[in-house]
Amino acid sequence: MNTVKAGRAEGELPRYRLAPEQVRAEFVQLLPIAVFVAIFGVAFGLAAVQTGLAPWQATLMSATVFAGAAQFASLGLWGSEVSLLPLMAITLAINSRHILMGAALYPMLRRVPPVRRYGLLLVLTDANWARSWQHYQSGRENLEAVLGGGLALWLAWVAGTLAGAYVGGMLGDPSALGLDMVLGCFLLAMALGGPRSRRVLVAWVVAGTAAVLAWRWLPPHSHVIVGALAGGLVGLFWLEKPRHGH
Amino acid sequence: MGIETTTPGIVAIIAVVWGVTLVTRWAGPFLMQYIPLHPRVESFISAMASSVLIAIVVPLAFAGDLGARAALLSTALIMLWTGRVMPAIGVGLAAAALVRQLF
Repeated sequence: MNTVKAGRAEGELPRYRLAPEQVRAEFVQLLPIAVFVAIFGVAFGLAAVQTGLAPWQATLMSATVFAGAAQFASLGLWGSEVSLLPLMAITLAINSRHILMGAALYPMLRRVPPVRRYGLLLVLTDANWARSWQHYQSGRENLEAVLGGGLALWLAWVAGTLAGAYVGGMLGDPSALGLDMVLGCFLLAMALGGPRSRRVLVAWVVAGTAAVLAWRWLPPHSHVIVGALAGGLVGLFWLEKPRHGH
Repeated sequence: MGIETTTPGIVAIIAVVWGVTLVTRWAGPFLMQYIPLHPRVESFISAMASSVLIAIVVPLAFAGDLGARAALLSTALIMLWTGRVMPAIGVGLAAAALVRQLF
């Protein structure tokens, strides 16, 4: 099996050790974003209680699932019962981007022992991944951002849900202050802050176009994965000059 | 097939959503174990990963109101101009709030 290039075989790889002080620093780095995540946690807690979940159930959902869009979508299916297949299909469609995100970090993740690797993936979400990926593209390995940033976002999401479920409604309308745009603006800033080669720009145009077309005409929630795969095709046929190892 | 929204039912629903989400978080690195890191594969994955964010954001601009578009546009401009994340987001939010006040 060991026909892979020298230095690529599993046993020869240097282990990736997460530096605790770097994890703490990344926790602090994502705190400003976490504040806004908390506000949307409040919105989810409120919506969940209004839909008929008990506050502890809303909080349990946020603590385990930790994926806002999928959680809101599952509330959309609520009734005296919830159909299992649509629930699974919608969750999968919305969260399938995680598959790509995790795969993209694999060159670092494979050097982390399995228990830790799958453990830190528990808090993988858009914002901490975007930061880690942006650094990786600039040649910096920063899995600490996934863990530290993820913990900050997770705490905020759970605390926000708890607050919303118990005392929601006090918050007024966050969209009047533009707060609903925080995550969108953050993700856009992360994308634009990364390296912009001609190849990346072409991939973006293809991805953006495909995503909008899918959003218009394909089943709901499929646009992210369709857009990302379309952008990936650009990479499949247009190879950048080989990158040197880190 | 459906799950009743009784207390044990709701816990089961949460477990289902969690389980599917967990599979998506774990599947990428798990599957990559079996795919050789050929340069073409790496190129595909890296272009795909860079495209994820764009595929989230662009439809957001199409689906959103004028405030949402103002937020994304001003974030993009500040980001391209200064390259700094927090000012870009701050101006984006202010633009959304302002546009929503005015219109």
